[in-house]
Amino acid sequence: MIFSLSKEHEMLREMYRSFTVNEIKPLAEEIDEEERFPVESVEKLARYGFFGIPFPKNYGGAGGDNLAYAMAVEELSKACGTTGVIVSAHVSLCASPIYEFGTEEQKQKYLIPLAKGEKIGAFGLTEANAGTDAAGQQTKAVLDGDYYILNGSKIFITNAGHADIYIVMAMTDKSIGTRGISAFIVERGFEGFRIGKKEKKMGIRGSSTCELIFENCKVPKQNLLGKVGQGFKIAMKTLDGGRIGIAAQALGLAQGAIDETIKYTKERKQFNKPIASFQNTQFQLADMQTKTEAARLLVYKAAYLKDKGANYSQEAAMAKLYASEVAMEVTTKAVQLHGGYGYTREYGVERMMRDAKITEIYEGTSEVQRMVISAAMLK
Amino acid sequence: MKIIVCLKQVPNTNEVKLDQTTGTLIRDGVPSIINPDDKAGLEAALTLKDSIGAHITVLTMGPPQADNALREALAMGADRAILLTDRKFAGADTWATSMTLAAAIRNLEYDLIIAGRQAIDGDTAQVGPQIAEKLGVPQVSYVDELEVKDEHIIVKRVFEEGYHRIKVKMPCLITTLTEMNTPRYMSVAGIFDAYREKEVEIWTMENLSIDPEHIGLKGSPTKVKKSYTKAPKAPGKKYNTDPEAAAKIIFDELKEKFIIK
Repeated sequence: MIFSLSKEHEMLREMYRSFTVNEIKPLAEEIDEEERFPVESVEKLARYGFFGIPFPKNYGGAGGDNLAYAMAVEELSKACGTTGVIVSAHVSLCASPIYEFGTEEQKQKYLIPLAKGEKIGAFGLTEANAGTDAAGQQTKAVLDGDYYILNGSKIFITNAGHADIYIVMAMTDKSIGTRGISAFIVERGFEGFRIGKKEKKMGIRGSSTCELIFENCKVPKQNLLGKVGQGFKIAMKTLDGGRIGIAAQALGLAQGAIDETIKYTKERKQFNKPIASFQNTQFQLADMQTKTEAARLLVYKAAYLKDKGANYSQEAAMAKLYASEVAMEVTTKAVQLHGGYGYTREYGVERMMRDAKITEIYEGTSEVQRMVISAAMLK
Repeated sequence: MKIIVCLKQVPNTNEVKLDQTTGTLIRDGVPSIINPDDKAGLEAALTLKDSIGAHITVLTMGPPQADNALREALAMGADRAILLTDRKFAGADTWATSMTLAAAIRNLEYDLIIAGRQAIDGDTAQVGPQIAEKLGVPQVSYVDELEVKDEHIIVKRVFEEGYHRIKVKMPCLITTLTEMNTPRYMSVAGIFDAYREKEVEIWTMENLSIDPEHIGLKGSPTKVKKSYTKAPKAPGKKYNTDPEAAAKIIFDELKEKFIIK
């Protein structure tokens, strides 16, 4: 077992850090406050290759790997959870399924601009009555000549409104449950497709979360992703990969909150001493860092397994479960150690705490992760 | 267009701490960076590559660890990297360093050589100009702006009281200022390329036609007699008084010392 990063990963981390400190951190507070999608950051992220890290160069990617991708989401999320999820949803939930299940033609048409960051991606599975129970899909797709006609709606879709390309799940045969779900590549601008209500959220407020509405939306037949009836499998495989991204986001939020807390507790004085000199502070920090480091090892291991082509589904679920719960705990403690100031918007830790909560919910709640983990154990 | 960028790996002086007891710099564990003036020179070369196309070779003389600085340059977009490393090069002053770099450059094709104004760990500002002298090419130092026009470059040379705009025929050498630009980040793809697809060529004494007497410590006319930390000045005088009276005191003192009339 080797627990050190390669030289290229070390250099990537260095680059991610300076990029995040100079380009992402200065905007974090403002985009949260104004609930504004950071269009300017997206341009810069594209320029430096963040949107195509794990994809081969011939498909417009950086020719990197999933570890490099997870580290990118981690570093971005240290300063801004919103930016972390924009990249994660784009890479894991839209570009990845096209890379894994798309035809050569689909890869040429969609993966290349996605990997280059010229187009932004999103993924639509959740509906008002189908969250964890994905089989409850109401959105329907009916083949009519050269087109599938989609009707229905999706909710809570990350990047919606700013994304150009959407992976959308819809029922092609309701009678056979999950085996009747198919996946489609839907472009913004397709007839009958529009963006609905934008959610007002507790955290990751700069990310755009909206409803997708399909009213006799015409999707060309060649935009079917995979085969008819493969949608559920594609969605589950996609979410396996997505969990690495969200786990990395949670990891970044936890580490970001610790870094802020170290700075604050060294400066903040009570009883004429910096509060970092009190043993309670020291023990809290020790616990926070230990758990975060354990989460990091789980996240990196899941990414490593995916890079090796091994089965990583259980490890990704463990990484996501643990990292998100650690993020919630660590950011809550960070607010506590900041005291009254921590509860104000003057310090970033309350934002990190709000951002952390979603990591326990989206791309499979903690409960779903426990289902996935135990199912693999009891197989 | 062929550009050679000379760069140096230096300790990040922002992170150097002072040993309180000896008063010397603690260099251990200090991260190394590309010298800022040199990085600006590299960015200037990359900007030309983006706009008119160029092949960029980065060149450094240093210990094997300088590989990192060259990989960073490759990850930013340089095409070729050469590391001059040999125990015989060690201990070089600016004269021997420029001798070695010039010998390496004689093995390469170039239209333009770019070096940073000066290194933050030495501050001599001598190596760039010395390379030009040894190669017998024209040079302009302290360059803040650069454009290429046919066979020439037009540069803005900055000095304290103003600036010159100078047209120089290539091949030539310029030294660049940190203030010239904001260097780009490495790109993700660039980093993977720098390690997986590109290489850092290692050149030793064997690769250069150079007299061994002219390199390293032996070839360095500079003799360091003593190296020490400047002793702190005596504490100044302190006056606790209102601004008007304070101004008068300062005025009188300056007059007394003939600094003002």
